[in-house]
Amino acid sequence: MTDTAAPSTAGPSRTQRLVATLRGRGQTPIVPAGNVAGRALTTVIAIMTFLAALTVGAVSLVTDTAGRWQNDISNEITVQVKPADGLDMAQALETVRQIALQTPGVKGATVLDEAATGRLLEPWLGEGVDLQELPVPRLVVVSIDTGDPPNFEFMRQELQEAVPQADLDDHRAWVSRLVTMARTVVFVGVFVLALVIVATTLTVVFATRGAMSGNRHIVEVLHFVGARSSFIAREFERHFLRLGLIGAAAGGAVAIVVFVVLGHLTEANRQTPEADQISALFGSFTIGWTGYVGVLLLVATVAALTALTSRLTVTRHLAEIDMISPVEN
Amino acid sequence: MIRFENVGLRYDMGPEVLRDLTFEIRRQSFQFLTGPSGAGKTSLLRMLFLALRPTRGLITVLGRDVATLSRKDLPSIRRRIGVVFQDFRLLDHMTTYENVALPLRVRGRQEHEYRQDVVDLIKWVGLGERLDALPIVLSGGEKQRAAIARALIDQPDILLADEPTGNVDAPLARRLLRLFLELNRSGTAVVIATHDLGLMEQVDARRLVLADGRLEIYD
Repeated sequence: MTDTAAPSTAGPSRTQRLVATLRGRGQTPIVPAGNVAGRALTTVIAIMTFLAALTVGAVSLVTDTAGRWQNDISNEITVQVKPADGLDMAQALETVRQIALQTPGVKGATVLDEAATGRLLEPWLGEGVDLQELPVPRLVVVSIDTGDPPNFEFMRQELQEAVPQADLDDHRAWVSRLVTMARTVVFVGVFVLALVIVATTLTVVFATRGAMSGNRHIVEVLHFVGARSSFIAREFERHFLRLGLIGAAAGGAVAIVVFVVLGHLTEANRQTPEADQISALFGSFTIGWTGYVGVLLLVATVAALTALTSRLTVTRHLAEIDMISPVEN
Repeated sequence: MIRFENVGLRYDMGPEVLRDLTFEIRRQSFQFLTGPSGAGKTSLLRMLFLALRPTRGLITVLGRDVATLSRKDLPSIRRRIGVVFQDFRLLDHMTTYENVALPLRVRGRQEHEYRQDVVDLIKWVGLGERLDALPIVLSGGEKQRAAIARALIDQPDILLADEPTGNVDAPLARRLLRLFLELNRSGTAVVIATHDLGLMEQVDARRLVLADGRLEIYD
């Protein structure tokens, strides 16, 4: 190579001057902002954050739904009256209703009429069943004051004495199962979240090492112009924090868009049988504010984790290559 | 400033590539380091700027025993040593101005404090028209001068240059040599590693000649 510049490179081009002006002298990041490895890492972080955000949303949805189920069920208890020979069902139901209404902590009691009972049994017995001819248990739905609930044992005894065929169900078994199920779902969700975060961390570790290898010449130059390791680590940390923030924000934003779209879709299709089934299970398919806050926290966590991981990796890597050593080539 | 006593260097379990080196680089001195290709000039330079630790012997740099230096001590010593690499080692994504200003930037100095000094130095090495050019559009000689300017920007106590005229034609080589001499007159010790006899004949200076891993000194 000789000191002969190509004619086209005799001076800074207009574009170069514009670029230099736009970014301001001395402001170019020491670690180059964009390259293929950087874009790949941003994409991976975006995908990981999206999956983690979906997990956060799903856990939030299940937790809210389970809470709603638990609340709805604890608002009501049911008294079942089984048919028996010589039992006047109408009289027995009325007796149960009166006893329930007289019990402190009960806000209301309704006998489930034959039409409603028929609808409940329709999936098994079909339409047009005459309940008078079948020995079918009947229900009294009792609304209770959740702030001052009745003494269920006392109420059960009173009902048994008046109507031996009456059986009070306070839904505790259901509530217990729902709570267990909800806790299991939350546990699984947190486990999946932990896996995604570990995978993201490992990805960042390998990406940082790759970037360090790719930018080793920069690290060496920085060393030989007298940069301290903390300065170099800070430059790489800034670089990866930026990548992490962009990736995590993109993944989190897409996840929030998915939540909003799903919420609108279920809302718009509320009248269809399928939507009814979903609504019966989950209510409206919307993520509460805790879900959105969770996604935002996740974005911040992933970005911070990316920066921290890269800093630790860079610091360790610098310790390996900065130590003056006879084995260094 | 830098003192070698019975220094030896080997890579891994191989034979010693440098043997029993004993010499001193004195303050404000000027010397050439020469020898045939593969004689170990670059390895010796790497020991001088703390990129290699010797396998035996004692090296003292700016009053500090290299064997006792920790990683934390290295930056403050390196800041007093300017290095010009044979392959320039300019950062490709930075302009000439940014590359030359890099040593000041890593020291945490504010740009408004050093901007004029950097511009003046770049003009002094003849690159005033190339301030905003990226290395990819610079010629070999321009890169060389940018690398020299970067090594000089913080007025080091000693300048180590590895084949600084290897990529330039004869007139520019003479110009760079004058630049090094001027720098030396201003108080900086200079070590130029070269195998360019023509360059050495232009200056009556001390010569450190490496051959077969041993050093001969001609004062």
